Amino acid sequence: MGGAVAADVTAAQGARPARGRRRGAPGVVELGLLSLGGFAAFFGLWFVVARSGVVPARFLPAPGVVAATFFHLTHDPFAGYTLQQHLLSSIGRFLMGFALAAAAGVPLGLLMGWFRWLDDVVSPVFEGFRFIAPIAWVPFAALWFGTGIGGPILIIFSGAFPPCVINAQRGARLIEPHLIEAARSLGAGHCRMFAEVLVPGALPSIVAGLRISAGLAWQSLVGAELIVVSSGVGYLMVQGQSNLATPIVMSGMIAIGIVGFLIDVALRAAEARIRRGWAGA
Amino acid sequence: MSQISFQSVSRVFRRGSEEILAVADVSLEVADREFVAIVGPSGCGKTTLLRMAAGLDFPSSGSVLVGAREVAEPGPDRAVVFQQFALFPWKTVRENIGFGLKCRGVPAAQRNAAVDRYIEMMGLQGHENAYPHQLSGGMQQRVAIARSYALEPEVLLMDEPFGALDAQTRIEMQEELIRLARVNPRTVLFITHAVEEAVYLADRVAVMTRRPGRLAEIIDVAPVRRAEAWEERPIEEVMDLGSFTHLRTRIWKMLRDEREAKAEAPRVTPLQRRKAGP
Repeated sequence: MGGAVAADVTAAQGARPARGRRRGAPGVVELGLLSLGGFAAFFGLWFVVARSGVVPARFLPAPGVVAATFFHLTHDPFAGYTLQQHLLSSIGRFLMGFALAAAAGVPLGLLMGWFRWLDDVVSPVFEGFRFIAPIAWVPFAALWFGTGIGGPILIIFSGAFPPCVINAQRGARLIEPHLIEAARSLGAGHCRMFAEVLVPGALPSIVAGLRISAGLAWQSLVGAELIVVSSGVGYLMVQGQSNLATPIVMSGMIAIGIVGFLIDVALRAAEARIRRGWAGA
Repeated sequence: MSQISFQSVSRVFRRGSEEILAVADVSLEVADREFVAIVGPSGCGKTTLLRMAAGLDFPSSGSVLVGAREVAEPGPDRAVVFQQFALFPWKTVRENIGFGLKCRGVPAAQRNAAVDRYIEMMGLQGHENAYPHQLSGGMQQRVAIARSYALEPEVLLMDEPFGALDAQTRIEMQEELIRLARVNPRTVLFITHAVEEAVYLADRVAVMTRRPGRLAEIIDVAPVRRAEAWEERPIEEVMDLGSFTHLRTRIWKMLRDEREAKAEAPRVTPLQRRKAGP
């Protein structure tokens, strides 16, 4: 998990050709067909394995059953709420944890990139902490916050915080020294330097970090919701598990996948836009 | 009174356990509103001298004064024009030019008027809202020069400002700078490795030796320039004048002698005082 934390910095600096090279540059239509093919193969295989009876339905429900359950969950409450309501409360927690991580992590990273001494102070501790998987915080989250809102947020925060810090720090560190020297020569004070040079200069890297951070935050969610009492997709899945209702667990997994994918698409779009604007950097 | 004053300036860089003497005992005075160019082989420490005047680097011994004050930090009284332009890529032409004034706290209306003036002076009309990467190299350097001029600094420090431009643009920019210097005379310290550029632009040309950089000679161009009214003539005509080619060839020869001296000299140039470590 820790390895995926730092964004590809050269990509973050706006080197656009890299994308084409990596994919062997197929067209949009071909890409679409390939993706559809992947989905078809996946569901086909699942269907065949589930139908063949090799694996009991209790262990692996068929795609059709899961789809029906998924649809059912959208209007019939399970564990107190419909699937959308569970998702909404999950997304609320996600947003709070993620926003908190970004609000604390990005400024800290920028300051670390700017003040070498702060980097020296914070980095050793930070480097240790960031390898602790978010789920490892569950016992303490429960101990400190009980069943309150703080517990899940702490866990999401612990997943989302490191990429915010690391990428902001790198972004600040990698700004052209000439730009900083020019700004100093033009009389920029500390605040202006921070707001008008450091932040915009590091922005492509910051946004790349936020995207990774959002992914990790969303991943940490299920772990976070293991200790939540009454709502959320993770809670729905735990309840499904204790009822031995595997289709419900799978519906939760699918919902997590879809929402995670949508979050990533949105942040990718934001990242691409910023990179395009920074093309000359 | 001299505007920029290098007083027995030396600069030692440390690389690992090695000490490298980049600038050795340079004394140079640049008078008020004088244009001095420093030429020298690459790595001779000419840029280091400029950075010390800018407050971006500091002498290991000796002192650098601008006005009457010892340079302690960068400041808007000494605008720097960098070879790499150093424009803020996330700011438009207008915002780039106005940045220094904004830092100074000039109100928006007044700032806009000043920015408009320099946009016009540098022929940047129509590009006000472009971002730097949308402009050619020559245009970008015009923006950078406008950004420096907008602060109306006493001293302009130009570090190979035309080094990254193509030959044609470079000549245009040189003419532009002469025109600008006439309308708006400033004290200029100009670093270049192009001898013709130095002779064409400068009142005096300081020639530096290879590392460790010392001042080899200072050549006074101003009397010839004034006598022959170079400023009134197009650049190609000036560069054809006997007086111009004479000065240029003299400096070329000096630099070539330097290069040959380097070829003969043993390869160990760095100082090795500190070589014996623990």
